[in-house]
Amino acid sequence: MAMIKEYETVIGLEVHVELATKTKIFCGCSTAFGGAPNTHTCPVCTGMPGTLPVLNKQVLEYAIAVGLATGCDITRYGKFDRKNYFYPDNPQNYQISQLYLPICRNGGIEIETQEGGRKTVGIHEIHMEEDAGKLIHDEWDECSLVDYNRSGVPLIEIVSEPDMRDAKEVIAYLEKLRLLIQYLGASDCKLQEGSMRADVNLSVREVGQKAFGTRTEMKNLNSFKAITRAIEGERERQIDLIEAGEAIIQETRRWDDAKGISYAMRSKEDAQDYRYFPDPDLAPIVVSDEMLAKIRAKQPEFRTEKMARYREEYGIPDYDIDIITSAKRMADLFEETVAICHQPKKVSNWLMGETMRLMKEKEIDAQDLHFSPQNLAKLIALTDSKAINGNVAKEVFEVMFDQDIEPEQYVEEHGLRTVNDAGALKKAIEEVIAGNPQSVEDYKNGKEKALGFLVGQTMKAMKGKAEPAMVNQILKEFLS
Amino acid sequence: MANVITDETIEYVGILAKLELSKEEQEQAKKDMGRMLDYIDKLGELDTEGIEPMSHVFPVQNVFREDSIVNSDTREEFLANAPEQKDGMFVVPKTF
Repeated sequence: MAMIKEYETVIGLEVHVELATKTKIFCGCSTAFGGAPNTHTCPVCTGMPGTLPVLNKQVLEYAIAVGLATGCDITRYGKFDRKNYFYPDNPQNYQISQLYLPICRNGGIEIETQEGGRKTVGIHEIHMEEDAGKLIHDEWDECSLVDYNRSGVPLIEIVSEPDMRDAKEVIAYLEKLRLLIQYLGASDCKLQEGSMRADVNLSVREVGQKAFGTRTEMKNLNSFKAITRAIEGERERQIDLIEAGEAIIQETRRWDDAKGISYAMRSKEDAQDYRYFPDPDLAPIVVSDEMLAKIRAKQPEFRTEKMARYREEYGIPDYDIDIITSAKRMADLFEETVAICHQPKKVSNWLMGETMRLMKEKEIDAQDLHFSPQNLAKLIALTDSKAINGNVAKEVFEVMFDQDIEPEQYVEEHGLRTVNDAGALKKAIEEVIAGNPQSVEDYKNGKEKALGFLVGQTMKAMKGKAEPAMVNQILKEFLS
Repeated sequence: MANVITDETIEYVGILAKLELSKEEQEQAKKDMGRMLDYIDKLGELDTEGIEPMSHVFPVQNVFREDSIVNSDTREEFLANAPEQKDGMFVVPKTF
């Protein structure tokens, strides 16, 4: 009987992050998403002969800021290189990138492992480069169409060491990296929209073996779920090949998440020989002490520091702090709303409860939350003053979540204000009592539940616009 | 000529450059490339120990631009260069 071998997965990531600059990396074209095709282009980003690229300073500053936040050494003398290849998405026939002297090197990110321990995933390097255009495959004709709006959009590529061993570690690393970059404001890092893209380099080896196996690179992973599935699928595929005595080919594969399988992307005829050489159009970059100090001084408060401050300043539970600081946008909303209404626990409750619920239900990323702190503070004030009850508040919040409406105005327009007219309430209660003799009887015989039913009927008669506590109290008075 | 370019090399370079060369063109290219490499070998005779490779011809560094939008939509102008266009985009042979 053959021995069952145990395999270890070895994973390294190449993460591309689209930087949140207003303009492209080498020209003054807008990076705005969703413009009509080719309307954000110029001779530079469409590779016209004789044009001169000039580096966007903000790109360099963001790249350095990410490097500092991940403990990298910043390269003091750097330059750009040309990566040569022919493809219609690349009008220059080369991509401007950094091979020889990337801006950052030798960093790392600490993650929590499954066993509750900690480990550092090394960062080999971070380099700056330009994005390519977008190819659209024409459905009617045998041709493709090219939109160069994305050509020249600034990217940083963060190359990890092969330090991860399973999908959980990969996700932990990506989440940490994403949060850090969001806190820096260097990118919104949305996987679905492609502002953060992760390519997975994976190989397997027998447990105990020192040498790495042959690795493959997996592309087209646009959610954490797809990444997890691709890692598990590729691990199995490689183990099957090894067990069958076949060789693993070093290749780039494309993950098809709908089918749950991957395909080899490039064939052997497509030689991958990029013939890198220094780009003579771009001046070398010298990072001075002064420049570095300036960027360092601008580094924001990161999650760990923020958590400590929340504990100190707001006195909300650790559980709340953990969730609120898990997305930059959420933390910003929290702080800005508390600054207006000074009620940290109430703000936290709205974020942890209804906000999280609706985010899950509507599949919305925290970075896309768009209700304003002003409106959330107003909603809290409306409930505090008992102008609306809890259920109505939730109803209003849901509309606010979608459209950021002004809650006071909305409540007035829709007549949602709690009826404080004791006469109207008493009249409604009298009618409910008259209409439900059995429940009244039950309550008088000691059935507490019957009271709940009567409260419910009254709330219904009041169209939800009464204060349940008040209804409760008046009902009890009537029935005693 | 000290450097001899093989058929495999010229074919490989042809693939990289996306060029289809005829037999005659291949022979000519082999000769040209051999001569170029001879010239590079000549340069290689110089002692460059301790000298940083030059990447820029002028002694300039840190040429940056501010992150502000200065370009406007010039789509029509540059699409005019396209042999074929559709829906505001360049038409290229089908890629996958």
